[in-house]
This record gives sequence, C-alpha cells and structure tokens, in this order.
Amino acid sequence: MAKTTYREAVRAALREAMRADPRVFLMGEDVGRYGGAFAVSLGLLDEFGPERIRDTPLSESGFLGAGIGAALGGMRPIVEIMTVNFSLLSLDQLVNNAATLRHMSGGQFSVPLVVRMASGGGRSLAAQHSHSFEGWYAHVPGIKVVTPATVADAKGLLLAALTEPDPVVILEHATLYPLEGDDTPDEPMQIGLAAVRRPGQHVTLVTYGGSLPKTLAAADALAKEGIEAEVIDLRTLRPLDIDTVLASVAKTHRAVVVDEMWKTGSFAAEVMAQIMERAFDELDAPVARVCSREVPMPYAKHLEEAALPQAGQIVTAAKGLL
Amino acid sequence: MSIAHRPPHEIALEREHAHELLRQMLVIRHFEEKAAELYAAGKIRGFLHLYIGEEAVAVGAMAALAPEDAIVATYREHGQALARGIPAAAVMAEMYGKANGCSRGRGGSMHMFDATRRFYGGYAIVAGGLPVAVGLALADRMQGRHRVTACFFGEGAVAEGEFHESVNLAALWRLPVLFLCENNLYAMGTALARSESETDIHLKAQNYRVQSEWVDGMDVLAVEAAVARAAASVRRGDGPYFLELRTFRFRAHSMADPELYRTREEVAEWKKRDPIPTFAARLAADGMLTGAELQALEAEAWREVDWAVDEAERGEWEPVEDLERDVYTPR
Repeated sequence: MAKTTYREAVRAALREAMRADPRVFLMGEDVGRYGGAFAVSLGLLDEFGPERIRDTPLSESGFLGAGIGAALGGMRPIVEIMTVNFSLLSLDQLVNNAATLRHMSGGQFSVPLVVRMASGGGRSLAAQHSHSFEGWYAHVPGIKVVTPATVADAKGLLLAALTEPDPVVILEHATLYPLEGDDTPDEPMQIGLAAVRRPGQHVTLVTYGGSLPKTLAAADALAKEGIEAEVIDLRTLRPLDIDTVLASVAKTHRAVVVDEMWKTGSFAAEVMAQIMERAFDELDAPVARVCSREVPMPYAKHLEEAALPQAGQIVTAAKGLL
Repeated sequence: MSIAHRPPHEIALEREHAHELLRQMLVIRHFEEKAAELYAAGKIRGFLHLYIGEEAVAVGAMAALAPEDAIVATYREHGQALARGIPAAAVMAEMYGKANGCSRGRGGSMHMFDATRRFYGGYAIVAGGLPVAVGLALADRMQGRHRVTACFFGEGAVAEGEFHESVNLAALWRLPVLFLCENNLYAMGTALARSESETDIHLKAQNYRVQSEWVDGMDVLAVEAAVARAAASVRRGDGPYFLELRTFRFRAHSMADPELYRTREEVAEWKKRDPIPTFAARLAADGMLTGAELQALEAEAWREVDWAVDEAERGEWEPVEDLERDVYTPR
C-alpha cells in the first residue's frame, strides 16, 4: 500500500470535506495560488476555485474574525494561520469572540469554526516562527484544542473538527508534515480521546504533537535497557482525556510529561498538576517533565537542538524516576 | 465643530411613521435615564454605557433595515437593541443579570444578543465586531443571499488594525457590509483630534475604495434616508458602504467617568441639537405632531420602561448549577 504523508493526509481531509459539504471552505494566507506555506492545500484551488480556496491579505485578525462571522452565517469555514506565532495577531478574535459567543449570548449562537496552524521548532526559523503556544489555547474554555501527531490523526481529527459545533484549534507541528504512514481513516475520529502509542509497565511518558516521535524514540532506547515505557499521546488538549493518563500511572506509578512549550507554565504543568490532584497515592516518584529551555528560539542548529526537548533528555528523566 | 446643513431627505414622511420614530427615541431616552437611576440604586452592575444623545442613529438606521438583515453592535448598544425590536423587558432584565434577559444574564449591558432578530451582539473590544460582520456578509455572499450586515462601531475603532483589515476585506471581496461609524467625537476620554491624524473619518473608507459619506447623526430622518440608500446599494451587490454618523453622547462615557476631558459648554452646545426635541419641534412646525400627541408618546414610552423594570424585577436568577451551561454546544 502506498505511503501517505501527514501533509497529504490533511489535504485529503480538506478535499473530502469540501466534496461532501458545500458549506466547507478554506481561507488563509497563500492557501490558493501558492498552494499553502507548507504545501498542504496544493492543488485544491484547481478543484474548488477561488471562492472556496480563498487567499487572504495578511490580516490574521480580520480573516479569523471573518471565519467566525461566516460560521455564524451558516458556513463551515476552515481558517489556516501560517504559523502559531502569527496566530498571536488573531488572539483577540479567537479568545474574545469565538470562545465566548456561545456563553455570552446565553446559548443562542454557536461558532462551528476550525482554525488550523503550524507550530513548533526544529527548522532553524529562529524566534518568530518556532514556538509552541498550544497550552495558551488549551487554557481557554469555549474552544477545543487538537494536536494530531500521526498521519491517521492528521486526517481523522480534522474530519472530526468539522463535525464539531464549536471552535476547534488544530496545531500541526511543522516537522510532522513529511511524516509517512500507512493507513488514514475514511471517517471522522472522536475529539477528546488520548491514545496509548506503546504499552509498557515501568514508566508512563505523556506527550502530544511534535514531541511524539522523540518520545517514542526515547521509549525504544529505554527498552534496550530493559525499561518498558508506556507512551501516551494526548491528541486533544481540551477537553483533556486525563483518565487514560491516570490509568497508565496506576499501572506504572511513574510519569514523565514531555512538551515543547517553555517549562514555566507549559501544558506539561497542567498534566502534572492533574496527576498530582487525582493520583498522588499511585506515585512512587515525583512526576517529571521535559520541556523547552527558557529562551526565545535561537537560529543556530546546535543551539536550537539544545533548546528543544530531545530523546536523550526524556531517557534521563525516565531513568531518574526508577 | 459645526455640521453643515443637509438637504431635506427624500422620503415622504408619514405621520404614523414619524410618530413611531419619535416614540422609539423616547423609549431609548427614558430607558437610559431609568438605567442610570437603577445603576445608582445598585440594581445594575458593571459598566453601563448610556446612549443618551445618540438615539437618532440607532432609530434611523433600524428603520431603514430589513428583518432579514444582520446587526453587529458595540458595548454601547442598548439603543440598537431596543430599536431592533428586542423587547425592553429582555434588555432591562439582561442588565439586571436575570435569566429572562436577552443573553440569560451572561452578557449584561455590553453583550446583548437575539438570534430571532439577527442581532449578533454587542462587542466590547473596540473594533472587534467588524471582522465578524465581514464574515456574516461573506456567508451571505457564498450562499447567494441578498442581505445586508449592518455593523455599528464608534469612531475610536478606526485607530484599531481590525478596522482597516475589515474594511479592506469587505472592499476587496465586495461584500454586503454596511459600516455605520457612530462618531461621537470621544473615544472614552480621548478627543478625535488627539488620536487621529485624519479626523474626517469617512475619508479613511474612501481610501479602501468603499462608497462613503457622512451624515448628521442628530437628525433621525437624515440617518434613515442615508441608511436606506446605502443599504439598497449594498443589497444590490455594489459592495460595502460606509456611513459616518456625526453625533454626540450627552452623558459620560460610563457611570465611572467624571468627564474631565470636555467642557460643559461643549456638551451644552450639542444639547441644543438634541435629536428628540428638535425632531418633535420640526414635526410640530410641519403640523404633524400636536402637544397632546407628544404627551401621549411620552406616556407610552414611560409605560414601556416601567414594564421593562417590572419584568426585570420579576425575573429569576439563573441557577448557579447552570454556570457552565453553554460554554460548549450540547450534542
């Protein structure tokens, strides 16, 4: 069977959703003629035309807000923001409008909006294209936050987002786009469920998004030393499937949380807090975390590698609990 | 500042219609006077931004829009809500924070919503409603509907990036948006000339190739005529339209504002152009309003306000168990 890349899986979801539902359309910077900054929407303009593959000016707040309005008006917009750093320009619309409208209107209006954006470091793009803010989004009630880490999830979770009645933010870690996989689903998956990516009984490694491949590599290395790590991919950060994490901790009694946010206030901190609140008696060691170093992302490759979580650090952190 | 004389409007004025415009302005005026009193009494909390002085803008505009059109407003939107036909009781109950309020007490004075009247809310981030209005219009365009999205905002919004992004998008995509800029000359306490290099607001829209003009916002008939003309253009598919409605708020920005930034003389000067007595006088001079009729309209307006207060007082509080209701849509 032919391999599919993460990028192609996202594109396949876009194509299938747009074929199935005339209300679905994509808008963002360079999604049309250029084919998408990460070539995700390449070829879709030819099939769907410029009304539904809609190039926008560099007006993140304007077109994300237009996505909210279009959703209120009965459409199913997908807004692509080129990178998570640029999404800070549209935070007002997402946080003050998209997330609040349902509640603030006493339940009269829903905003079925999907916002996709590339995130994360590892591509030598320095301090304005490389950060991870998914925990900021996950902080906000009223939106859902999805971080697909596999080729199958890239498609299945996007299809799922398009069935949601409320705003969904999808963070696609940019290093994952060339990732290859075998199977992609034909049906929407379910948002809000974590997955055990590798079973193990000695230590639980909790992660999501772009840190999953590194965490799986760490688990491989640990296995060579006879340590069986259970790897959990959160997949959705809000709503958080903490039960899957707790079930694993009940088995292993040890946990390391890995993410690419800065350590202070990272999403890992939230996961650790919930483990502590709900499974303190299960723990045989303090919960550990591996996050990014507290610097704006540097350009030089060796410095960027030192700033980001790496498999070796995850191995060290896991062994430190045993 | 002075406002140039505008030619008489082209709408043939019916007596009944004129009375209705006057009645609506009176309802808003007295509703707001009552709201100020209730704020002082602790019945209304938070921020309260009164519309007194600006009634002609909301009433004139709503009279020219159709039920199928969409409304996007600001945190100073009691006037728009009432003129759009949201029952005064639902607006007042919302300010009380009661469950019979038009946003079930979740929004308060700054966030009125009504799905049945396509009232898409008050937005309290200045210029935050403009992109939403652009999107509502985009949805209409993509679904082949000939409706207008009317977007109210104050002149302070033109300093925000979202204003420029939104006007550009609407013009670029020729969307059916009617931008209604209520220029009351002060963004909270900052006078227009202290914040904008170009104080002729409608020129900003012209730079985006949007049809644009200014209107005397103290003249309800001028507003109605201009909005009717602009809405017809938008509905025809001629792209967005921009109206700068020059008006003045007679009261402070909010109840917390000591008004240190403007003189009593300036306020007094504008009060001479109060949209309600000037309109009533004009109707009387034209033989379209008797003293008895004016009295009757006043009494009717007060009855509506009193009813609104009674209903708000009678309303229930949302049970605390329902606090987290409507954060997400039930599936």
